[in-house]
Amino acid sequence: MPEQLLQQIVNGLMIGFMYSLVAIGLTLIWGVMNIVNFAHGDFLMIGMFTSFWLFTIFGLDPLFSIPICFLLLFILGIAIYRFIVSKVMKGPMLAQLVVTFGISIFLSNLAVYFWTPDFRLISTTFLQGTWDVGGINISVPKAIASIGSVITSICLFLFMKKTKTGKAILATEMNRESALLMGINTERINSLSFGIGAALVGVAGAFLSTYYYIYPQVGGLFGTIAFAVVALGGFGSIEGAFIAGILVGLAQTLGGFYFDPSYKYAIVFMIYLITIWIRPQGLLGW
Amino acid sequence: MLSVNNISVGYKGLLAVQDVSFQINQGEIVSLIGSNGAGKSTIVKTVAGLMHPVKGEITFEKEPIHTIPPYDVVKKKISMIPEGRQLFGRLSVLDNLLLGSYSLTSNEEIQKTLENVYRLFPILKERKNQRSDTFSGGEQQQLAIARGLMSRPSLLMLDEPSLGLGPKLVSDIFRIIQEINCNGVTILLVEQNVHEALEISHRAYVLQTGRVVLEGKGEELLQSDLVRQAYLGM
Ligand SMILES: Nc1ncnc2c1ncn2[C@@H]1O[C@H](COP(=O)(O)OP(=O)(O)OP(=O)(O)O)[C@@H](O)[C@H]1O
Ligand SMILES: [Mg+2]
Repeated sequence: MPEQLLQQIVNGLMIGFMYSLVAIGLTLIWGVMNIVNFAHGDFLMIGMFTSFWLFTIFGLDPLFSIPICFLLLFILGIAIYRFIVSKVMKGPMLAQLVVTFGISIFLSNLAVYFWTPDFRLISTTFLQGTWDVGGINISVPKAIASIGSVITSICLFLFMKKTKTGKAILATEMNRESALLMGINTERINSLSFGIGAALVGVAGAFLSTYYYIYPQVGGLFGTIAFAVVALGGFGSIEGAFIAGILVGLAQTLGGFYFDPSYKYAIVFMIYLITIWIRPQGLLGW
Repeated sequence: MLSVNNISVGYKGLLAVQDVSFQINQGEIVSLIGSNGAGKSTIVKTVAGLMHPVKGEITFEKEPIHTIPPYDVVKKKISMIPEGRQLFGRLSVLDNLLLGSYSLTSNEEIQKTLENVYRLFPILKERKNQRSDTFSGGEQQQLAIARGLMSRPSLLMLDEPSLGLGPKLVSDIFRIIQEINCNGVTILLVEQNVHEALEISHRAYVLQTGRVVLEGKGEELLQSDLVRQAYLGM
């Protein structure tokens, strides 16, 4: 029994680290621009398909697709911000919601149009099989993906805390007018943050493509979970999103284990509802 | 040095500042005084580039600056310390200061400026790793001034630096402003502490409902009937 429990905890951590990485990008965009990016899950989907086609056409292993996914989504994020989102930044909140929602539908439908709604899998990456660690089975691609997610998350922390540009992003988040007075071009910070947020979820997509089904609507599920993670961690808090991602992963697997797998998402959202009931600003929000 | 010529500035069509002109010469301390809502903050925000005039022009060292964004105004060596401090609360004192020098590119220059600022405000050096939102009001104002100095301005604009401070701290702040001025920085001071402000100012402008109604030397204005009645309650 404890072995089974340990197995669930390991599974929960592994999916949790993925949720963290997806949510960090979302919370970054929210923190800087106060925009709910409904297209975030679809950016994940594009990352997954990029990795899939690079593998299928060029035989490129998903691990090598990571920098390509990062760059592609970074550019896509900046382009979408510059040409679409920035136009409604000064408009009403509803216009911003509608615009990212529209981008979401557009991207997932475009994927259906080009690639059909089929489910695909990358079958033969060189990350295969499972490790047996003291009776606990650890799937190799999942382990690599979660380690990669943690490393990517840590890189973002360091970028935000240690670099001049990272601090400028934090400053813009905290007080836009002061940031302008310091000499920070906050419009550039907006597009950079949108780009980084998209790039991070693109990397998550590349990792996820090593073991998860790849299909045009995959963003819906992950996007929804990411919103819960961001709210649970506290809107705009990167550390909060990281911790909340892990909690949600654990809640999902342990809940599925103790109750019934079909309730696992219900349990996740119940925990979310209870948390914001007690602490509306989320775990590490302000 | 700074020349503001007949500017009008508004919020969504409503003019908060109308046809205002004033000059600041190199090395001066110039005060803008006036009651709540007179348009003082609007004027400094406009000089800083946060707002743009609908009419008139602003030149700094003979160059027009009223159309450029705030992040380019800083590069012209104009720095503004906003009303209510507006620190980056969740960041450390040091990070706030370093953000103040965002417009500087030479690391050497940044370190030198930091040393100068620490000399003026020793407490900031002692507490450089403390989160700025845990500071008291007086300490926060010191940090706000220090952050404003980190861009090595030749013109420093302070919007109500004495707001919310006790009498002892108010006179400290005014002493520091004079010291900064002695170090060669020209000062534009917005104040409601009219008496103290006029005492340290070379010249001042009195603002009422968006217009300049009086100007003159600091000590002259201290003696004028309008100032004595309206702002000093005499
Ligand atoms: N964001 C805003 N939107 C609309 N009107 C504004 C805004 N900010 C200021 N005003 C108006 O512009 C006028 C001038 O305001 P301003 O803040 O410049 O005054 P002030 O002299 O700095 O006053 P205080 O001493 O209270 O700081 C006021 O009538 C004010 O109501
Ligand atoms: Mg004001």
